[in-house]
This record gives sequence, C-alpha cells and structure tokens, in this order.
Amino acid sequence: MTTHDPHKGAPVEARLGIWAFLATELLLFGGLFTAYLVFRLEYPELFHREHLRLSRVLGTLNTVLLLTSSLTMATGIAAIRHGRQRTLQIALALTLALAAGFLGIKYVEWSEDFSHGLFPSSNLFFGLYFVMTGLHGLHVILGMTVMVWLLWRARRGDFSAEYNTPVEVTGLYWHFVDLVWIYLFPLLYLIG
Amino acid sequence: MPESSALFGARASLVSGQVDAVFLFILAIAGFFFVLTQGLLIYFALRYRRKKGEPPAETPYITGNQTMEVIWMVIPSLLLVAIFAYGMFVFIKMTTPIPGATEVQVTASQFQWTFKYQDGRSAANELRLALDQPVKLIMTSRDVIHSLYIPDYRQKQDLVPGRYTYLWLVPKKTGTFDIYCAEYCGTGHSLMRATLIVMPLPEYDKWVQSERQKLKAGVQSPVERGKALFESSGCLGCHSVDGTPKVGPTLKGVFGRQVQLADGRTITADEEYLRESIVEPGEDLVKGFQAIMPPYQATLKDDDLAAVVAYLKSLK
Amino acid sequence: MSDEATAATGHEPDYLAQKGFRSWACTHDHKRIGVMYLIATHSFFLIGGILAMLLRLKLLTPGPALMSDHAYNVLFTLHGAMMIFLFIIPAIPSSLGNFFIPLLIGARDVAFPRLNLYSFWIFVVGIVITVASLLQPIDTGWTFYTPYSAQTASAVTALSCGMFLVGMSSILTGLNFIVTIHTMRAPGMTWYRMPLFIWGMYGTSVIQVLATPVIGITFVLLVAERLLGIGFFDPAKGGDPLLFQHFFWFYSHPVVYVMILPAMGIISEVIPVFARKPIFGYKAIAYSALAIGFIGFLVWGHHMFVSGMSTVASVIFSFLTFFVAVPTGIKIFNWIATLYRGSISLDSPMLYALAFIFLFIIGGLTGLFLGSLATDVHVTDTYFLVAHFHYTMMGGTIMGLFAGLHYWFPKITGRMLNEKWAKQAWLFIVVGFNVTFFPMFILGMQGMPRRFSQYPEKYQPLNILATVGSWILFAGIFIMFLNFVRSLRHGARAPDNPWQGLTLEWTVPSPPTVENFETIPTITDWPYGYGKKKRQAK
Repeated sequence: MTTHDPHKGAPVEARLGIWAFLATELLLFGGLFTAYLVFRLEYPELFHREHLRLSRVLGTLNTVLLLTSSLTMATGIAAIRHGRQRTLQIALALTLALAAGFLGIKYVEWSEDFSHGLFPSSNLFFGLYFVMTGLHGLHVILGMTVMVWLLWRARRGDFSAEYNTPVEVTGLYWHFVDLVWIYLFPLLYLIG
Repeated sequence: MPESSALFGARASLVSGQVDAVFLFILAIAGFFFVLTQGLLIYFALRYRRKKGEPPAETPYITGNQTMEVIWMVIPSLLLVAIFAYGMFVFIKMTTPIPGATEVQVTASQFQWTFKYQDGRSAANELRLALDQPVKLIMTSRDVIHSLYIPDYRQKQDLVPGRYTYLWLVPKKTGTFDIYCAEYCGTGHSLMRATLIVMPLPEYDKWVQSERQKLKAGVQSPVERGKALFESSGCLGCHSVDGTPKVGPTLKGVFGRQVQLADGRTITADEEYLRESIVEPGEDLVKGFQAIMPPYQATLKDDDLAAVVAYLKSLK
Repeated sequence: MSDEATAATGHEPDYLAQKGFRSWACTHDHKRIGVMYLIATHSFFLIGGILAMLLRLKLLTPGPALMSDHAYNVLFTLHGAMMIFLFIIPAIPSSLGNFFIPLLIGARDVAFPRLNLYSFWIFVVGIVITVASLLQPIDTGWTFYTPYSAQTASAVTALSCGMFLVGMSSILTGLNFIVTIHTMRAPGMTWYRMPLFIWGMYGTSVIQVLATPVIGITFVLLVAERLLGIGFFDPAKGGDPLLFQHFFWFYSHPVVYVMILPAMGIISEVIPVFARKPIFGYKAIAYSALAIGFIGFLVWGHHMFVSGMSTVASVIFSFLTFFVAVPTGIKIFNWIATLYRGSISLDSPMLYALAFIFLFIIGGLTGLFLGSLATDVHVTDTYFLVAHFHYTMMGGTIMGLFAGLHYWFPKITGRMLNEKWAKQAWLFIVVGFNVTFFPMFILGMQGMPRRFSQYPEKYQPLNILATVGSWILFAGIFIMFLNFVRSLRHGARAPDNPWQGLTLEWTVPSPPTVENFETIPTITDWPYGYGKKKRQAK
C-alpha cells in the first residue's frame, strides 16, 4: 500500500501529510503576522520606539542557534538515510541542545523585559512580541518533545536506511519552526 | 404610535424608496430563477417518476450539453453583475455626505441611545428631526459595538467604541419611527430602543425654541437637574420611568415602595436606599434581577447624587 | 447494531463484529471512527435542536415571559456555537466522509488511521471543555464580537480553548482526507473517475486545512486579550474591534463552504442513482466545488458592510460575493438537468436530495439580497439573515446530511430503514422547516433585528407562526430518529446494493468487512454509467 524507495526518503503520504500540516501552521502564524502588519502600519512610532528595547545581540544569537539546529537536524536525516545510527543520535542530541539554548536565551530575554516592567499589556508592540515569540516558543517545545521521543526510538534502533520517516517528517517541521523565526527576528528586532 | 414598517413603499426617508427599488429588482430576477428552477425540479421529478415496483426505464446517456452550460453560466453572470452594480450605486448614494447637513451626535451605551444636538441639548432615546432637512449622525459607542437601525428608513450603521461612524438621513415623512439596536450588545440589547420623531419644519423650530428656553432658564430645580443627570448617565438604558419592565426594575413610584431583596428581606425604598443603590448597586440587590448595574460612586457625588435622588422621588 | 458476526456473504466478519469498549475507543478502523463521530455530532444536533425549541417558545410572546433576557441570550449563544462547531462542520466530513471516502476510492482505510483516532479524541476533549464552560454561561452570540467578548465575565476563555481543540480535530481530518484522496485511490481511478462526493470532500478538506488555523489564532488573540490584557481589539489600548471581525469572518465565511460542499457531494451521488442517469456536467460540478472553495476565501467582508468598514472595501467584497453564485448555480442547473428524462424513483434518499435543491435554491437566492450593498444595509442583522442562513445551513447542509444518512444507512448498519416512516418524517420536516423559517424573511424585511429576546408587539403573529412550524419540524426529526433507532434492530436485512448504485461501496457487503475489499478493484470507468450501452464508447 505505501511505496517506499530508500533513495527517495519518506513515503509520499507522509510527505504530503507534513506539508499539509505546515500549510496550517503557515496560516496560524500568518494571522499573527497580519496583526503585526496592521498595527505596525497604524503605529509606526510606537513600533520604532519599542523595538529598540529588544536585545539585538540576544536575538541574533538565537537566530544562529536555531539555524545551526536546522543544520544538525539535516545532518541527522542525511546520516540515517545511509544507515548511520550513531550519527543520527548525536545529531538529534545536538539539535536538542541548541533548541534548549534558544529557549534559555528566550527565558533570559523575557525575564529582563519583565524586570523592566515590560509586559504583554504594556503596549501593542510588546503584546505582539510576547504572543508571537510565545507561540513560536511553544512550537519549539513541541518540536523538542518529538525529538526526545525520536532520540529514544533511535537508541532502540528503530530507524534505518529503509525506514526513517518520523525523522524526516520531524525535520521538515523543525525547518518550518526555524523559518518562522527567520521572519520574526527581523520584523521584531531589526526593522525600525 | 410608531408607524408599522410597511414591506415596501414606506418612503420615509430619501433613500428608502431607492433601496426598495433595488430590492424589487433583485426580487424580480430571483423570482424568475425561482420559478424556472423550482418549476423544472418539481416537473421533472413528477414527469419522469417511475411507478412503484416498475423496473427502471431506458434512460438516455446524456453527460452534458456545452451550449446549455455556457448559456447558464453567462446569462446569470451578467444578471449578477447588474444586481451588484445597482446595489452599489444606491449604497454609494446612501453613504455620500450631504453638504449643509445638520449634525447630531449619537452615543450608544449599554443600553441607551443619547442624542446630542448642536446647540447643546441632549435627549435620551429620542431623536427629533425636521422634515426634509438633511442630517448627519456622528456616532460612537461608549462600551461595546451597537448598531443604529431605522427600519422605515432602510438604514443601519454600527456604532464602534473608539471611532466615529456616520449616517446621512433626509426625513421625507412626518410621524414617529422605530429605532432599534441591531448589533447584539448584552442583556438589554432587545430593549435598547429609541424613537425618531419627524415634524414639519415650522413646528420643529417652535419645539426647539421651547426646549432652549427650558435650558436657558438657568436655575434648575434639583429635580430638573436630577432628570438631566439621570438621562446623561445612561440610567434609561436599564430602568424605565413609566412602569415598563426592563433589564433593571422600573423606577416609577420607587420612592416609598416596599422592595423585596434577593436575600429575602423586604425594605422600604427611602432616600438612603436610593442613594446606596446608585453608589453600591450590588449591596441590596432587588429580588428577580441580576447584579449587573455598574456603580456610580465615582461619577455621581454629593449635589449631583442628591439631585438624582430628588428626581427619583418625583417619579409617581 | 448487527448481532451476527458474519455478514451477508457469510465468511468475513463485518466491521461491527468485535465488541467491547476498547475495540471502539482504540480502533483504527475509519468506519468505526466515522460511527463514533456520527453519534457525537448528532447528540449535539439534538441538544442544539432542543435549545432552538426553547428559544422559539420564548418568542411566542413579545415580552419578558418564560425566561429572562440573559437566559435567552445564553441559549442562542449555545444553540449557535453547538450547532455550528459541534454539529454542522464535523457532521458530514467526520462521519460520512470518514466512513465512505476509503470505500468510494477503493482503499482499505485513510492515509493516517492512527491520526484519525487521535483527531476523534481531540474532538472529544474539545467537547468536554466546551460543555464545562457552561458553568459560567456565555451570552456573546456564537460570533463572539469584541469588545463584548473580551470584557464579559463569563467562560469565553474556556469556550475558546474547547473550540480550538475542536478546530484542531477538523484540521487533522481534512489533512488526512487530502493525503488519502491524493495517494490511495484504487488503480485506474483517475481524478475524473472519482465519485463527485470525493471531489466535494477534497474541496472541503482544503478549506478546512487553510481556514481553520485562522479561527485558531483568533481564539488565541481573544484569550490573550482577556488573560494578558493586550489590547488587540480594545480601542482604549490602541486596538481595533473591527480587526476581530476580519479575523473571525476570514475563517467563518469559508467554513460555510466546509458545511455545504460535502452535502452537495452527497446530492451529486444520490441523484444519478435514483434517476438512473449519468450526472449532467461532471467536470463542471467537480471544478465548481474547487471554485466555490477558492472564491469563498475572498468574500468575508460581506458580513461587515455596516460595520464601519470602508466603502471601497465594501464594494470589492460585494463584487466578489456575486462570483460565488456562479459555480453554485451551475451545480443546481446540472442536478436538475440530470433529472431530465431520467427514470426517477422517489425513495427517501431522493426525496431529501430534492428537498435540498428546493430549499437551497431559496437560501441561495436570498443571498442575493444580502450580497447587494443597498439591500444588505436594511436586512443584515435582522431575521432576514437568520432565515437565509437557516435555509442554506439547514435546508442545505442538513437536508444533504439526511439524504446521505438515508442513502447510506443500509451500508453502515446492514439494515434497511422503514420507507413509510422515512417519507412521513420527510413531509413533516419539509413543511415544518418552511413554516418555521419562511416567515422570518418577512419579519426581517419588516425590521425585526436578530438576537432579540423581547420584541415589539407588531412582530408577534409571524413569530407565533414560526414557533408552530418549529413544532412540526421537531416532530419530523423525531420520527426520523425513531426510524433510525428502530431500524437498527428491526429493519430488513440490507443487500449489498439496495439502490443499484455504481460506486464502489455498493460492491462490498452491508455492512462492510474490516478490510473493506477482498481485493482492491481496478477501475476502468467513471461511476455514472447509467443508461450506457455496452457498445457505446466512453
């Protein structure tokens, strides 16, 4: 029933499924980006003034962490396609570590904001900032949870060159999470 | 007595006749297609009906007909564009500013309409206009979204907090007309009604003069001041003064009344009770009503509060 | 449910054979999941219906009798929210869609059977949270407009969370169907040999996947406003109440096509079978499903003509709204043309299909008055609108659902329905429906706004008529449900193909086995070859 060609990766059903899921995620975040656009056009001053309070350093660091984590994830997928179990496990562990780092920095950023009296209710910019990075963070946590499960399965030897669909599907999801950040970062941190 | 809203032909406002014309235009086209499609549907269902127990007859293998399909795509499309265009033109007419229109400020709140005229007079739940004089309603809401709807005028516009919306009216008939709230706004939504009164210009001017006299009289008695405060504070949104049941208890004859409270006690509504009900309404809640009245502690103090109580005492 | 472990053919057990709670709660069988959704959604149909009966009772009198205004407002909110989110949206897709998509395309199950099961349980959790929110009853109306919904002290947050989960279930179901339809059709079943129900479900699934996330984020923003004090929709904090409306309707308009496309798919199946004629204009019907889905995303602003939206935007939305009438009209004309020179048997599925067409025509034509700017100003937010959406959602979707239930009851249960009762019920339903809802068009034109717990006395006569109609309608639905329940035990045993249909589900036993097909068939023709002579080439 399912056709699987090891050279072509996961079966077509799985790939179509994850792409359809990512389409829904695109629209979910799309709604937030629309709200951002609407309020930014209406309050350019506010956005300019408030966005300067964000730490560009930490934001850039987070971007680097997340991009690297996409790289490690991709490395893991390439590895398991050739049956290299150990490499996959290392790659997954690295991805998890980088993602944890991302969350750690986010925690630092948010705590600093709170200590400076900046809350979601402070103004529309920070309202959007917290909701957008919050929803994104939730997706990071979700991705990490799935990766922990993948790591556990990998250690059990569940994956091979013939069967690695869950890894590939998770990889696509992770790239998407990364992509959302790549849009969030400049819109929130950089563009004045 | 408000006139009943005739289905068509009320012609109460400048645009109502035109809106009805669009309606009839659409009705004619829709009616034609209704008769055509429903007619064929019922006719075919009966005409080609198989008798009970009969085996199915030979049917022709028809899978389509390009000519027919093109026709019934093109012709309806053209008619639809016509309907759109006609509706659009009249809509634009309805929403185009009329130069020289008198301005009236409309503020909606849960659950009252306040109309304020250019000379400073204001009225609750009553809008009085002169025949043939164009009016611009500048509208906003104090709390949630409401919608001013005058069925006889075929006009409606939402009132949104934090911004102004507009309605352009030209009364074309004297009489009384209903105003409803057409956007759900809470418990008192269906009782949030106002009256539009249209008078011929000479009568209207006379009425305005007498209203202004009353305002100018300057020294207002506490009862008169209380009445003005009562209306401007939005109390009419939930309390009637004529006995009509609304979201809150009617205040007609409230002073000295035996009131049954939610906690079982019965008390007499004296000045103290009236005062307390205004500043801390949840305290001695009347049985059978909900605790939704907002407290007026901050807005009605001392003399103002006393004036309102005096007014309430006057409501026999 | 069938007691025997063996189906009519005698060897394989049917899908209902295995007993026990776990065999249902942990099933991967799309048929069982479909049945569970059927029961869940129809329970809310009955509850929502009872709420409607209570509302209509209240409206017998214009004044404050029977229940408080607040109670009425809570009831219409629940009626709308339950009917729309817990019944109409999932009813056909998750129950009949789940059951029949694999059967109609010649597959053994959907693409992701486990995900299918999880979708169901997510739906159940969503329902539980929604019902739990009743502890602090909400009176915002199912449309939750801000600022009222952001300010009001009731369980808006809980309901939003419940609805979010229900939406997730909808998304996952749609996703499952898209992949299933793309990848699991039997050999030889090209896109143009698919039954039209599948085309309808495909369009539906695409809309579900793309539109539902937007209501998801709308709920997130609403909850964020309530819990975190952000002013997205609060003018005092720089927000815009109209932004909520744009977000809300961006989903809620396409969702009406999620409601109607599956029903239209069912009609496209029933009419050829009971007229013994090929469907007229197959490709036009298939493409119009996609066209309706696409255009449906562009017209949301027609719910906001008097909201304070700009005139330019209103004009654009009105223009686009009329476009959606064209593919809809095409379907109607094609169904009627299919009847021409057919050999029509007026069995209950066909009666419901005809009722669908009749009532949906009325619903659709009255949409013209709402799409046209000048007339919309007068009738929007009045009972005219209430009548319009009940004609399209109930006269349309629900009639289509009933047609599907009567058509496919033998296949799902292995029993035949009592035709006499079915026709009785049909009569009560059609008459009752019209007596209930047609007067509402008049009421709206006369100016009666919607969501009015009390109303001016002049509207009373027509309100009384509508309430009486609701009793007739309720009686009909009651008889129909009685027929379903009774026939489960006492209905005649159903043959494999009681209606002599040409689609694949009729080639398997009634009820089907777990695996659906002994061998996956190879398809060589479209399923509407009625009246086709053997010698005639396709």
